[in-house]
Amino acid sequence: MGEKLLMKGNEAIAEAAIRSGCKLFFGYPITPQTELAEYMAKQMPKRGGLSLQAESEVAAINMVLGAASTGARVITSSSSPGISLKSEGISYIIGSDLPCVIVNVQRGGPGLGGIQPAQSDYNQATKALGHGDGHAIVLAPNSVQEIATLVGEAFDLADIYRMPCMILADGALGQMMEPVDFEAKPAREIPEKDWACCGHGGKRVHNIVNSLYIEPEKLEEIVNERFERYRKLEENEVKYEEYLTEDADIILVSYGITARIAKTAVRNARKMGIKAGLFRPITLYPFPKKQLMALAEKTNCFLSVEMNMGQMVNDVKLAIECKKPVYHYGRTGGMIPSPEEILQKIQEYSGGNA
Amino acid sequence: MNSLFELATEKVTVISGPYGSGKTNVAVNLAMDIAKNNTVCRVADLDIVNPYFRSADNEGMLADLGVQTLIPEFANTNVDIPALPKNYQLLFNGEGKSVADVGGDADGAAVLGLSHDDYINSGYKMYFVYNRYRYVTADPMGALEVLEGIQRASGLTFHGIINNSNLGEETTAETVINAIPYATEFAQMANLPLLLTTSPDWVEVPNTVKIKDITKKLF
Repeated sequence: MGEKLLMKGNEAIAEAAIRSGCKLFFGYPITPQTELAEYMAKQMPKRGGLSLQAESEVAAINMVLGAASTGARVITSSSSPGISLKSEGISYIIGSDLPCVIVNVQRGGPGLGGIQPAQSDYNQATKALGHGDGHAIVLAPNSVQEIATLVGEAFDLADIYRMPCMILADGALGQMMEPVDFEAKPAREIPEKDWACCGHGGKRVHNIVNSLYIEPEKLEEIVNERFERYRKLEENEVKYEEYLTEDADIILVSYGITARIAKTAVRNARKMGIKAGLFRPITLYPFPKKQLMALAEKTNCFLSVEMNMGQMVNDVKLAIECKKPVYHYGRTGGMIPSPEEILQKIQEYSGGNA
Repeated sequence: MNSLFELATEKVTVISGPYGSGKTNVAVNLAMDIAKNNTVCRVADLDIVNPYFRSADNEGMLADLGVQTLIPEFANTNVDIPALPKNYQLLFNGEGKSVADVGGDADGAAVLGLSHDDYINSGYKMYFVYNRYRYVTADPMGALEVLEGIQRASGLTFHGIINNSNLGEETTAETVINAIPYATEFAQMANLPLLLTTSPDWVEVPNTVKIKDITKKLF
């Protein structure tokens, strides 16, 4: 255990990135994520790194594409509208098989939307961060402490699977302050980056990083190979947390900050004699399908609680092949559900008993 | 000092300091304490830095205690601009005492520079809220840099240090006690008196001033 510090979620993402050996930050300010960029601007020069405020989100993500091509650990961050701007660059990074970390501290949308917390970019993050057949790993921490370990994990996973990894947070998590201990997370073996364009010194054939393929046959082969990696990712890297699911009649499915609100609601439901439980996906892509399917055998129904109009709820239905009813409760536009509201839904869907 | 109320010797009490040191918590507790001492009081949310978690969150609770809250019109909305409460002149010409809850660091303190003459003319005391567990101020030199930056940006001078070292909900008696030597060292470096040490109301530490955690709870 190291010494605990009190940090905002945004600051903790930045600090954890620096501690994970990330020396490059390219970004553009946007509420509610700006503390991350500010932290990088203050800390990177003191710690042998570079923090650069690009002229736009589009420029920043293309700087990430360039830096990642050299094999360097690199991060960018933004909030919802800024992520949409990065979309093209992210697709190029996916198409070039490059590792990097992208942070989305979500705010209300669509459009310019608002600056209050939201989870309405779930579909974008897990289904279509950019055009084309492809994915990014999506990790959803639920506390400042979990940020400290998952940011390091994000860099490792990105390097191991050669793909971008998104930290999907929200304004509440970015802005709230909690104690955090940056103790070293278990070290993982990172494969050598023999693909990197970092100078061949005349000693090897030069590497090419590219997402353009002339022959459709070749492009199909490359995409197939990539999807084989996604399959391995799903087999080996799914992360989730279960709370009181063993005997639960109703299981809430919730991630990030909303999962903590849902947990309070579950605890209060138990006090009233309702057997409620909570399943918290930590990897949103890959989604913990098998684990949910196993729970579908035991429970009566699921309640997906999200700060959106119903996005993850569809993944829950797919995961359990609609074996049990799956309900949704959400607030949107920057509104945060309260434990009381969620408890009311638990009562409603568990048959109104107690 | 044995209470926050003793800090409010002048017309305006300015609560300033590094970002995330607990200024809002101290400012709101101070306003509550002034009200308890039967003095008319208002607290002004002058935070032009933070989008959420601010003294405006406590408007209802403060109103019940008879404390007026001066809130920027757009606080906790989606309007992302650094705006001041439209009635913030009440800080200087309202009845009784005023507490100014300022945004963090020199950036937040720029708002003080704007009304520099009003603070001087109405009489003020400005206090630096110190939290040993924040990354910038974990090192006393870092805290000193922020202190000097705030004085430059505001044109005002600090009159003392409030040691508000805490780890949020995980604060224990040990957390509070272990920070005191750091606060003492910092106060000496800054050449300012260490006026008091706060402790959250769930721990028992002798010679500290108990304060309530008024941070908005989401879960």
